[in-house]
Amino acid sequence: MPSIGNTQLKLLEKLCNAMAVSGDEGEVRQIVLDEIKGYADQVKVDALGNVLATHAGSGENRLKVMLAAHMDEVGFMLAADEGEGIFRFETLGSIDVRQLPGKAVIVGKEHLPGVIGARPIHLVKDEELKNKIPLDNLRIDLGPGSTKVKPGDRATFATRFQRTGPSIIAKALDDRLGVAALIELVRHAPANIDLLAAFTVQEEVGLRGAKVAAYAFDPDLAIAVDSTPANDLPAWDGEENTAYNTKLGLGPAIYVADGGTLSDPRLIRHLAATAEAEGIPYQLRQPGGGGTDAGAIHRQRAGIPSVSVSVPGRYAHSAASIARIEDWKNTLALLHAALSQMPPELLTSERV
Amino acid sequence: MDAIGLMVTGIAEGGFLRLTAIGGVDARVLPGQPVTVHGLEDLPGVVVQPPARLLPPEIGNNPVPLEHLLVDVGLLPRKVNELIRVGDPISFAQPPLELTGETLAGHTVDNRASVAALTVCLEELQNRPHAWDVWVVATVQEETGLIGAYSSSYQLRPQIAIVVDTSWAKGPGANDWNTFPLGKGPTIMWGPNIHPALHKAFKELAEQLEIPHAVEITPLHTGTDAFATQVTAEGIPSIALGIPIRYMHTPVEVVAVKDIQRAGRLIAEFIAGLQPDFMDKVTWDN
Repeated sequence: MPSIGNTQLKLLEKLCNAMAVSGDEGEVRQIVLDEIKGYADQVKVDALGNVLATHAGSGENRLKVMLAAHMDEVGFMLAADEGEGIFRFETLGSIDVRQLPGKAVIVGKEHLPGVIGARPIHLVKDEELKNKIPLDNLRIDLGPGSTKVKPGDRATFATRFQRTGPSIIAKALDDRLGVAALIELVRHAPANIDLLAAFTVQEEVGLRGAKVAAYAFDPDLAIAVDSTPANDLPAWDGEENTAYNTKLGLGPAIYVADGGTLSDPRLIRHLAATAEAEGIPYQLRQPGGGGTDAGAIHRQRAGIPSVSVSVPGRYAHSAASIARIEDWKNTLALLHAALSQMPPELLTSERV
Repeated sequence: MDAIGLMVTGIAEGGFLRLTAIGGVDARVLPGQPVTVHGLEDLPGVVVQPPARLLPPEIGNNPVPLEHLLVDVGLLPRKVNELIRVGDPISFAQPPLELTGETLAGHTVDNRASVAALTVCLEELQNRPHAWDVWVVATVQEETGLIGAYSSSYQLRPQIAIVVDTSWAKGPGANDWNTFPLGKGPTIMWGPNIHPALHKAFKELAEQLEIPHAVEITPLHTGTDAFATQVTAEGIPSIALGIPIRYMHTPVEVVAVKDIQRAGRLIAEFIAGLQPDFMDKVTWDN
């Protein structure tokens, strides 16, 4: 049985502090390759940089189950060198520009420190305070004389992983929580299925890695393991918050419908029934927008029954997101139980 | 030596903290900012911007005002209520960074850079005879009204007050006449807060020692403790130096280490060169 202890938290820390902005996932890829070494029958890095690891089971009529967790995180790319260590930059993935002023960043393979500043408040006109600072006015400043980075290099938030009480504060919990959980699943692969683990690239810029990984694996079904927003904050006017998406502390979020996928009902039922039988808390993610690798996987080939399971997390795509260790534990427990108890005939019943 | 920061004004449902600012804070730099909440224990937290659906609709895509930002400390509400109270201060937790070119980034470079400059000055004076007595004061509550400068200068009653603070460095978002190049020396301020004889003496000394510097024009208020010292008791002849920093009042202020050293050295040289009758010889030009 896989579990989350100090070793797994240390691994998550390493994964979160690593930099793997879409298209430049090498740092996380190396950690994944090191961690799953010796546990999979076959490991390959494909044409886009996905890590595809296969673990064959030993029972009869085994289902080929793909699990996908994306290695990439949102971030920045240096766009133009303005001299004196000052660079214009663009965002990679969906980032609210209001999250950027006043943040520390790391840049390039060497993680050079830099900052995204803002005009001193003393020089800001009252009118200006009402408007957000547009990306055009923001710069990454590495200090004068910096020659070690160039346009095209990537950057991300410099936030370091930390634990507090029941929670984790870190950048890139979306989706290092999923990556770390999938590593544990490879290391404890159930024997009743063929486990096809895809550590995908470029999810944040259009599910690009998952698309080719699903083609290559040609699985019977797929589960995307991700982190989904918990918008469980109070409403400003004291009204009930009815659009929370998910809530921290209520366990893994099973997707019914998001912006890219209507989940296969048989998979939803199997996950929910497993959770109930095992006494693992779970929640159904409120149907709505957003998406996971399942959005690309379920449309691959002749269609692949898919579902997503996410660890709820607050403030994704910002400098610091927050998740509960207990939710992560329960996500891993649910996935492992659902896979171990997956009947070969799961998909022979009617879809609805 | 004080820092701008935040303060807890209330605990909302779910254990989220409501905030106000201490000193001049641009709320637009706050979302995603790591902080320390100084409750019964120091607690790590993050300033967070609630999703649009939980905010007044008119905010839309605009900056979220301070009154609607929250701090999340990642603890269960019960624990939050046990450890945190209204009025607890919140400081920025961004660790300092060494950038390229002997520059440093971090919060409260305004005005710890000047505290550092005064330590440089004291180190220099260790081996230098000086006729005048020197008090070094790290003042409190500058950001909320120069309070510590009023009380300390009243108590010490010096004959000259030399104030060190930070100035706006040229860089992204700041390039006007009132900004100065980073790493090209401190500014020597000039304006009604500044005693002309002191300005002249500092300017001449900087030139003589070939310490790079600039004259900073402060037509009304220097925005420094010199505004307080000048009018303390019978009045104290005051001078202010500025260490240029980028992104002032954000948690990622940037300073050149050299400018700190130059400011410290310039002050030490001034003190070492002061004749006992320096102020007695001061005459007012017509």
